[in-house]
Amino acid sequence: MLRLKNLEAGYGNLKVLRKISMHVNSGEIVTIIGANGAGKTTLLKTISGLLQPKSGDILFNKQEVKAFPPEKRVFLGCSLVPEGRQVFAPMTVRENLILGAFVQHRRKQQETVPKDVDRVYALFPRLKEREKQLAGTLSGGEQQMLAIARALMARPKLIMMDEPSMGLAPLIVKDIFEIIRKLRAEGNTVLLVEQNAKAALRIADRGYVLETGRVMLEGTAEDLLMNREVQRAYLGRDLDTETKI
Amino acid sequence: MFWEPDKETISREELEQLQLERLESTLNRVYMNVPFYRRRFDELGINIEDMQSLDDIRRLPFTTKNDLRDHYPYGMFAVPLREVVRIHASSGTTGMSTVVGYTKNDLKTWSNLVARVLTAGGITKDDVIQIAFGYGLFTGGFGIHYGAEKVGASVIPISSGNTARQIKIMQDFKTTALICTPSYALMIADTIMEMGININSLYLKYGLFGAEPWSEAMRNEIQDKLKIVATDNYGLSEVMGPGVAGECLERNGLHINEDHFLVEVINPETLEPVAPGETGELVITTLTKEAFPVIRFRTRDLTRLIPSSCACGRKFMRMNRVMGRTDDMLIIKGVNVFPSQIEHVLFEIEGTEPHYEIIVDRKGALDDVTVKVEVSESIFFDEMKKQNELMETIKRRLASELGIGVNVKLVEKKSIERSEGKAKRVIDLRKI
Repeated sequence: MLRLKNLEAGYGNLKVLRKISMHVNSGEIVTIIGANGAGKTTLLKTISGLLQPKSGDILFNKQEVKAFPPEKRVFLGCSLVPEGRQVFAPMTVRENLILGAFVQHRRKQQETVPKDVDRVYALFPRLKEREKQLAGTLSGGEQQMLAIARALMARPKLIMMDEPSMGLAPLIVKDIFEIIRKLRAEGNTVLLVEQNAKAALRIADRGYVLETGRVMLEGTAEDLLMNREVQRAYLGRDLDTETKI
Repeated sequence: MFWEPDKETISREELEQLQLERLESTLNRVYMNVPFYRRRFDELGINIEDMQSLDDIRRLPFTTKNDLRDHYPYGMFAVPLREVVRIHASSGTTGMSTVVGYTKNDLKTWSNLVARVLTAGGITKDDVIQIAFGYGLFTGGFGIHYGAEKVGASVIPISSGNTARQIKIMQDFKTTALICTPSYALMIADTIMEMGININSLYLKYGLFGAEPWSEAMRNEIQDKLKIVATDNYGLSEVMGPGVAGECLERNGLHINEDHFLVEVINPETLEPVAPGETGELVITTLTKEAFPVIRFRTRDLTRLIPSSCACGRKFMRMNRVMGRTDDMLIIKGVNVFPSQIEHVLFEIEGTEPHYEIIVDRKGALDDVTVKVEVSESIFFDEMKKQNELMETIKRRLASELGIGVNVKLVEKKSIERSEGKAKRVIDLRKI
């Protein structure tokens, strides 16, 4: 579905992504893990078109989308759930969702919008309860649900999520990951960027480990969970206290 | 039958994307974690970030067996030792060996790839597999063992040797598949005949053979004598062990596990890639190894890639059975032997002259080595006892150096033919 080849991007003279090659197949949850500053958010920004790459290819369903503006990419089916939710605070929950469906208008399929709203309400009953509430008054977890629901309104083929667990209470985080798993079960494809590597790898099929803008490791989520370097660096396992050589 | 159908039938386009991703992450890891590669890339002014495609691998330097030896034992490891859960060494012992390591994930990958090769060769979970490869530092025994368990077959880890016992177990345990070197398979076949056992009373169906070069003629002989389907498989410990490539039941070339190994075939003289389908030296880059990745490892094995597609449905490229070596290494009873190892031992023993000859022949199905060495004249005039002592010393030292037994023959000074220029030390009379 998504294929990146030797993608390089950055800000001004600062190189952030140093040649990233990766792919996401249809129906997969693929996670990108890495420390702060590894380039995870930059990568999602580049795929979604908020940032222009310096070089490399971005193929979405075999189509080169590098030259397309962000909204065209959403139109093609590539949606981003941005870091820090970014919901429209002064608007109601329902209005946020309808805005998310802007591409359905462009596709001249606006008649599906009420049905789609019901569909995301079924996935997030909490949002239905708060339908008329202003988005800014929602709790962090609810805002995250709204951000995901808003992305779903565009009927995406690929949903990219940037740190959906950030700043949320552990119990809520569990809910969010449960929802991502559910999305895949319904046939969605998810590219998940997370600092919470353990939770992400538990629900993912495959993963890429990013370090200073490079892919240091790739593999099935199961293999990455077993990799001791990943365990030490990202899963909080202190190997130095376990064995001394 | 496929072990991992989705992977073994992957399209070329998807495969190349996967290979590129894995090559890049492997390069990132070796540059970061293996001082040897970092130093070498830096010296040559290679920036791994300039690599744009799989073909760009040609800009990287080769890695040779000597490079690996120079970093004995752990210098080429890309992870700390605490992450290594298994250590093997290449055949060819003391000082000359190469030590390789595996992480937990490496072992998982390894058994998976061996499972692919076994499945391609006809093995299923219903089989009873007799593994007559040596167990130990040699990767053959354990490599096949874990893959066979993964397939779910019943594994008999009998190891090599004691042919009569091999045959008894074959009868009693109802072995359906035999794994060993092709020459040992022939030896077993001949012994079965000598013992007057009716081959039809055995349960054997399949044989997977490797670790030494063999021929179509040998395959036919094994298949006829043992009444089995015999397939070839290929691997080397420096790269992983068995599981690098294996034949399917079409028996028309070995499918390379290309999602884990990137292969090239080069002209060993010019070091340039040969034209597609032409014979040359196989060069392998590992794409997923964690503990012991190798970049452009020169295998010294001569083969060619078979560009056409295979009737079995596997999309992985096939290589021809290995046709020979580009160096002077001999494979004797599955063990790698360099003439220089023998020379080294002879030079250390007093009373020998620096003139010797290595004669390799096949007695029945088994390799037989005789080392002819010139000795100083005084010994020939001396008593017999002294001669015998010297012969025993040489035999013992060679056995411990090489890991295999050899015959030794003492000859008079100047009785070995001298040649102008490069001496021909090895006479290989084997017909395979």
